[in-house]
Amino acid sequence: MITLDAVQVCYGAAVALRSLTGSVAGGEWLGVIGPNGAGKTTLLQAIAGQVSYSGRVEVCGQPTSGLSRRTLARYVAYVPQNPMLPPEMLVSDYVLLGRTPHIGYLRVETDADRRIAAELIGRLALSEMAGRALRTLSGGELQRLVLARALAQQAPVLLLDEPTSALDLGRRVDALELVDELRRERSLTVVSAVHDLTLAGQFADRLLLLDGGVTVADGPPRAVLRDDILRDHFGPAVEVITTADGDRAVYSRRQPRPVPPAPGA
Amino acid sequence: MTSAARRPAADAPDPGLPSAAAGPPSLASALVPPAARAGGADGDAGAQKASLATQAATGAERAAAVETADRDRPAISRIRPGRPLAIAAAALVVAMVVGVLVGPAGLPAATVGQALLARMPWHPALSVPAIDVAIVWQIRLPRVILGALVGAMLAGGGAAYQGVVRTPLADPYLLGVAAGAGLVATLNIVSGASSGLLPATAFAGAAIAVTVTYVLGTSAGRDIGSPGIGGTAASIVLAGVAIAALFTAVQEYLQQQSSQQLQQIYAWILGELSQASWSDVVLIVPYTAISAALLIAHRRLLDVLQVGEAEASSLGVNVARLRLTVVAAATLGTAAAVAVSGLIGFVGIIVPHTVRLTAGASYRIVLPVSMVGGAAFLVLADIAARTVQAPAEVPLTVITATIGAPFFLFVLRSRRTRSDLS
Repeated sequence: MITLDAVQVCYGAAVALRSLTGSVAGGEWLGVIGPNGAGKTTLLQAIAGQVSYSGRVEVCGQPTSGLSRRTLARYVAYVPQNPMLPPEMLVSDYVLLGRTPHIGYLRVETDADRRIAAELIGRLALSEMAGRALRTLSGGELQRLVLARALAQQAPVLLLDEPTSALDLGRRVDALELVDELRRERSLTVVSAVHDLTLAGQFADRLLLLDGGVTVADGPPRAVLRDDILRDHFGPAVEVITTADGDRAVYSRRQPRPVPPAPGA
Repeated sequence: MTSAARRPAADAPDPGLPSAAAGPPSLASALVPPAARAGGADGDAGAQKASLATQAATGAERAAAVETADRDRPAISRIRPGRPLAIAAAALVVAMVVGVLVGPAGLPAATVGQALLARMPWHPALSVPAIDVAIVWQIRLPRVILGALVGAMLAGGGAAYQGVVRTPLADPYLLGVAAGAGLVATLNIVSGASSGLLPATAFAGAAIAVTVTYVLGTSAGRDIGSPGIGGTAASIVLAGVAIAALFTAVQEYLQQQSSQQLQQIYAWILGELSQASWSDVVLIVPYTAISAALLIAHRRLLDVLQVGEAEASSLGVNVARLRLTVVAAATLGTAAAVAVSGLIGFVGIIVPHTVRLTAGASYRIVLPVSMVGGAAFLVLADIAARTVQAPAEVPLTVITATIGAPFFLFVLRSRRTRSDLS
């Protein structure tokens, strides 16, 4: 579904992605993990055509550099880490923005576009707030709203940059469960950057560990979420625990600190 | 419907939905909108139905969807400026009628009516003095129409600039239109060239200033952040500030050097319609028509741009082309307005924001309603400009600011105390 061949992205002198090669199968969920500055966001932006890169990115067998923005937006839906949410825009209007790649230049939405948006608003449990302004929504509602807009693009590839960073723990699992359901229901290929390694391991079919713009590990979660691999890139305090269900939980141990001398001693 | 098979699943209690976020709405709570639930809590089923019917007034389709319990398929209504546009149009008609009726000549309304008829192709036999016909047709009518065109362009241009650079403080003069036109108009006056050249030279000055701003701003923006996307809008605004400061400095120097023409320069800078003639109207009609048509045509894309340049681009919008087209269209209209009326402040900021606060934030509403509302506002301001100190005239900017600023503050304040779900 997605093929990367020697993809390299530079910001001035800094190399954000160094000759990255790899592929994502149709229907697969690839979790991109790595420390801050590893190149996770840049990788997603390269697939979405949002940064200039050297090398080759193919989506559905088509090199994306040869596609117009509009055509690319019909193949790839991209949800950035902090989407801009115009506070006065209405929920239904925001979801309709996702139809943009299917609407001709200077044209407006058709009834079919409105039906698709309405279906998604219902599917993502936003019906009650369809006529409300974005500023009245909670964090969890906004998360579903942004997903609804991306799904309205009806693109086979969904790129999510830290889709859960603004949510509390319970909502994070809910949001990722929803993504998982939707990708099965609509046979989507999902690539997401995830900070939370435990969640990444629970939901992704495969994990890609980046550091310094280079792939350092690539494989099923249980092969990547290992003490020895993670400690090299996230620091020596990282520890992986295997739960009773076989899930990998990753946490960072607190360093023991010397006991301060008693006051007055 | 391809999704028909999925619908029962969405209606049933669904463990996978992010339940806690909104609470998987129980069927009962999904059926009754929050307002109706609050209002009909103590009523019987009939009362609740009545309260549902009240909801229908705000959107017949939506209420129908509620009643058929089709909660996963809410009807999304088209965004139409409808009522606000009708109100603005009514205000414009009233303003224009008053504008033609009022003037220092003190003609009675009946005389004005007869004078208007006198130039129509078919009219009853009338005995109106030729001088009255001339006052109405050669002085008042072109002035009212010119005022409407100028107001429409300034308000529409302001709305468009605010959309394209996503800055609420943007006004049509943001990118140097005023400074460029002001400098060249001052040069024109100081050099003693024919004042008939003023519109053309002011238009050229405005166009030159905006072009310089745009070229410098976009080329600087390319180096900030991701290519062509990152901070382009911001760097265009900054380039506009710099160009405006430069041009204004030169203009003020020229003005200070030629004190004998100071009053003439000031009259132009503070905006006036007292010299309005049919030739001015004819001069700017093509520009205003092109500008208005282009801006209205881009109304949906301006809505898309509200999610930022990067996201608009990921939705398939060619942001650079959109920005260039909208800026060019807005500048064309604004420069034409400046050319015939000088610099009239505040219209381009106050009118679009009033529309946003009262009618809706979508550009499908903001653009047309601002244009019609701006036309009405400027015609009214011009009536005040020529009556409060008659027979002398007060500069238009003085009027637009003294009427506009308190009115805008009132709108801002009443909006803050209103409920969210209006």
